[in-house]
Amino acid sequence: MADNETGNPEQKTAMNLVPDIFAATVPKKASRDGFGKALLELGEKDQNVWALTADVSESTRTHWFAEKYPDRFVQVGVAEQNLAGIAAGIAACGKQAYISAFAAFSPGRNFDQIRVSVCYSNSDVKIHASHAGLSVGPDGASHQILEDIAMMRALPNMTVLVPCDLEQAKKATLAAAKLKTPAYIRTSRENTPVFTTPQTPFEIGKANVYRDGKDVAIFACGLQVFEALKAAEELKKKGIDAAVIDMHSIKPIDEATIAQYAKKCGVLVSAEDHQVNGGLGGAIAEVLCESHPVPLVRVGVKDSFGESGNCAELYKKYSIDSAGIIKSVEEALRLKK
Amino acid sequence: MKPIDPGLAEIKTDMKRLAIAANSIRQDIIRMLVESKSGHPAGSLGMADVFAALYFGALRHDPTNPSWDARDRVVLSNGHICPVLYATLAEAGYFPKAQLISLRKLGSPLQGHPHKGALPGIENSSGPLGQGISQAVGMALVGKREKKDWRVYALLGDGELDEGQVWEAFLLASKYKLDNLVAIIDRNNIQIDGTSDEVLPLEPLADKFSSFGWNVIVIDGNNLNAILHAFGMAQSCTDKPSVIIANTISGKGVSFMEKKFGWHGKSPNKDEGDLALKELAEEMKKLEAI
Repeated sequence: MADNETGNPEQKTAMNLVPDIFAATVPKKASRDGFGKALLELGEKDQNVWALTADVSESTRTHWFAEKYPDRFVQVGVAEQNLAGIAAGIAACGKQAYISAFAAFSPGRNFDQIRVSVCYSNSDVKIHASHAGLSVGPDGASHQILEDIAMMRALPNMTVLVPCDLEQAKKATLAAAKLKTPAYIRTSRENTPVFTTPQTPFEIGKANVYRDGKDVAIFACGLQVFEALKAAEELKKKGIDAAVIDMHSIKPIDEATIAQYAKKCGVLVSAEDHQVNGGLGGAIAEVLCESHPVPLVRVGVKDSFGESGNCAELYKKYSIDSAGIIKSVEEALRLKK
Repeated sequence: MKPIDPGLAEIKTDMKRLAIAANSIRQDIIRMLVESKSGHPAGSLGMADVFAALYFGALRHDPTNPSWDARDRVVLSNGHICPVLYATLAEAGYFPKAQLISLRKLGSPLQGHPHKGALPGIENSSGPLGQGISQAVGMALVGKREKKDWRVYALLGDGELDEGQVWEAFLLASKYKLDNLVAIIDRNNIQIDGTSDEVLPLEPLADKFSSFGWNVIVIDGNNLNAILHAFGMAQSCTDKPSVIIANTISGKGVSFMEKKFGWHGKSPNKDEGDLALKELAEEMKKLEAI
């Protein structure tokens, strides 16, 4: 484990991010593409890998697999309940089944099927949920699911992964494949900077510390990781030394890293494109309350629905962009005193 | 025990053996439910003939090797009638009959609704209605794509057809021409709040399945000969999934339980159980005398 009370100057290097993450040259791509690439790779390596979708193969990037391995692809139509059940049946025959749909509908609509057909039977079914959160934008509140992390992390046998960019989505999918148990992988449609690299570490249950800091620690997942890194850069100009930790694994959660920064900074901020209740913020609050009681300020959606708008506009309005994170960090620092 | 692999033409119409098995299953259902003090007798008793015909007449399986790759798969979708599944599996030798009376008790593998992995012979977890048929379709799809010769039998209740998910599954089975799949509908016309005609009418049910592209077989689900014949008809059908609409009498075999929806989810007490067992024992004597 890299850190410590003094901070570790090698930390950032060890994470192997792109050299200048804020440069305009950093390519912007959607994390869903990372899933699609990993699925293709898995399909080639393992004859037991099957992929299913509910009328959204291109949007979820399952079509790359479908074109290459039609005999292991299943199009179920607009039927997410069936999607989860069919996958459980396929998994019961010794296969590894990947179901892809919009997060609003899977797990939004098929929670019961995921709970009983998948989790209760501990089936080797991976749930790829794209278009999650406010980031889906103009489609509006009905399509902006903000409750999926809460639902999925409450389920026994489930692993919950929220990758921050394309590269990490690929790694998360490949890591989930090694588990022979249910996993949830949440991706986005929005094109965002691919700031991690193939050399950036990824281990389920082990948070990535991208930036060490002593004043406050920002724990983020998904697209908020980049927003948090931007916020930390701005905060530095104000003399605030903020750590940024990528919580790609919501379950299992890296309690040790939370504890370490609770002790070191004395105050934490969480950031996510999800309801703060039950999401990453809720998960961190549980760890803190049980073992390391320090203040936590949660950045996320506060018990409301979203609305139409583009991703940047919504992130600004709902204060889950870098500016919102900076405000919350300042609030957190006031609590520290 | 040798795997039973009849091949349709050669199905042994050993009706006496099957009738005795069905009666024995019914007696075990009553014993289990008296002991558990909760559970679902009506559907369990009504389906005892189908289960006897399936496990002792049509199914390719080996109770000593429950994970045999070439086995036919049985998926119970309406999990609440699991007493009939448990009793049948014990009758076939998957686990000792002595375990049956642990139904619904703390620490028992005989959960109130089936839990995959808890007991040998359980292919799926079920309880929330509508989920088993999707899993059965998934299994049949693997079998079909990989050109396996095993078959999938999915058992559903008629009240379960109220769930939208089953129709999603029926559409998909038809799309992929899953002729290795047989759905058996327990058409007893009862559910918790009344008859299915009152709660949510399903008729014309056979027409609904036909229009969904299924091969439809309607039978008396308490007639062993008819059940075996229906399995044969299903097996000889190609390019379509088959559905057997089994018109059954809920509570069949126990006169005071027959056709009474009050017995859907109520277990018999000790006296009622004794009465039921006496009736079944008398029936058994007659069968043995044949």
